[in-house]
Amino acid sequence: MAGLELKKDFPVFGQKIHGHPLVYLDSGASAQKPRHVIDALTRFYETDYANIHRGVHDLSMRATDAYDRARGVVQKFIGAAHEDEIIFTRGATESINLVAATWGHENLREGDEIVLTQLEHHANIVPWQMLRAQTGCVLRVVPIQSNGDVLLEDVLAALNAKTKLVSVAHVSNALGTVLPVEEIIKAAHDKGIPVLLDGSQAVSHRSVDVQKLDADFYVFSGHKIYGPTGIGVLYGKRAILRDMPPYQGGGDMIASVTFEETIYQEPPMRFEAGTPPIAQVVGLAAALDYVSSIGMDKIAAHEDALLAYATQVIGEMKGVRLIGTAPRKAGILSFVMDGIHPHDIGTILDSHGIAIRAGHHCAQPAMEALGLAATVRASLGLYNDEADINALAVGLFKVQGIFG
Amino acid sequence: MSETDNDLRELYQDMILDHGKRPRNFHVIDPADCEAVGHNPLCGDKLVLFLRVGEDGRIADAAFQGTGCAISVASASMMTEMLKGKTAAEAKKLWAYFEAVCKSNATPADMTEGLAEDDIDRLQALSGVRHYPVRVKCATLAWRTLESALDPKAVKKVATE
Repeated sequence: MAGLELKKDFPVFGQKIHGHPLVYLDSGASAQKPRHVIDALTRFYETDYANIHRGVHDLSMRATDAYDRARGVVQKFIGAAHEDEIIFTRGATESINLVAATWGHENLREGDEIVLTQLEHHANIVPWQMLRAQTGCVLRVVPIQSNGDVLLEDVLAALNAKTKLVSVAHVSNALGTVLPVEEIIKAAHDKGIPVLLDGSQAVSHRSVDVQKLDADFYVFSGHKIYGPTGIGVLYGKRAILRDMPPYQGGGDMIASVTFEETIYQEPPMRFEAGTPPIAQVVGLAAALDYVSSIGMDKIAAHEDALLAYATQVIGEMKGVRLIGTAPRKAGILSFVMDGIHPHDIGTILDSHGIAIRAGHHCAQPAMEALGLAATVRASLGLYNDEADINALAVGLFKVQGIFG
Repeated sequence: MSETDNDLRELYQDMILDHGKRPRNFHVIDPADCEAVGHNPLCGDKLVLFLRVGEDGRIADAAFQGTGCAISVASASMMTEMLKGKTAAEAKKLWAYFEAVCKSNATPADMTEGLAEDDIDRLQALSGVRHYPVRVKCATLAWRTLESALDPKAVKKVATE
């Protein structure tokens, strides 16, 4: 299996960690940044930076052009029908909070139900709990299988006349499970229920088309797809966004203000109060340009082959148990080792230059369902190759040597 | 051998691996005079500490239950061994010394005054975490839990973050 050989595009790999080449297997937490993105940020700050949508001067117009162009890049990247369906947020977390605070607050009443699954990231749990505290709505949680899979029939069984929203991960951050989102959306729509997909762990691994999926809301963070931190996306269908009240009040989100009355802008501006993270938006567009230039299908094929290889190599090690072995997975290999705590594994691997994540991965309910406090998670990016997986395997042998 | 390897060996030395694998005093004391729960929210480590205090005001028995990494389990195991026969003031002095060595290997001499050599050796063994700032909270979880167990007014739950 030939790698994509893209480490050369990422300056971070030009260093050694504790005397070893960096083996970065923590892209699920945050992906490294390619030169293309770093240069785009530098160039923007050096030549085109100013505030947007305000100035008549040249820099402001250039910055505004770059910002507005980015919205089109995101629209095309996820296959949205219209540019105004793309709202920039601080990240997936804020995107979900925005939907909960606006659409949720407007549409949910006491006794209404929101369907989640047991494997959701805390970002797709806590905003709904906050909404529950305000409205008295009910969270219905779909259980996961012992292999980390979510069965369509279990989701269907959770839908009823009171269900107002289904909000589920596209791909599980803790286990890598790819949920049957097409079928979930179809079934929910048959009952007139809108669906929000948390695509944080999906967009960097798969080509995503929100129109084909027919998702009502789709959210993701820029930093997990090789872009800057502090920038995320909320996609919402035009008809839904137009009826949503604003999220925060301030500049840029208004059409006119008097002390008696304020008229709000149409989406997306209605939801982008204040000066946005302008450079981060430009950086996100650069990141999407970068992955698009490689091709999402090529990236998916490479990562799927690498995950299969890792599943075999690490899964066959004595004393290692893979956690999350659903039939459809993307980008993530979670595991535990007999008698050795994930944090000890993490420290020892780090001493060999190998970066993994150890812990509950902000998915405590999923961990609890599987009877675990923590796992080791190796998560893949487009720059990973077989040598990285081999280094991980060697590192794990050394862990066993110490704890032998 | 690189500096990293040395640090790693210091952190995972035999005494710690032994206590991590076969923790001493790993059981419930029922009834206990003091009980406290320690929790590391970032990593999910949890421990419950039980103390029985004798007529003379000294800790007659100490035990713990919970889950955690080798460092946090070994630290709790060694701590419960050390606590037996100590007064609350003596226990707090050990904690003050341990907290100091987790930060720096240059500890003021007066901190060791009155501490048993054996206790100093055990705490020194754990102090290898100072090369791993994110792991200091693992080593100190049991001691922070003790601090709350000994404080009659405190809520009996302590988080290290």
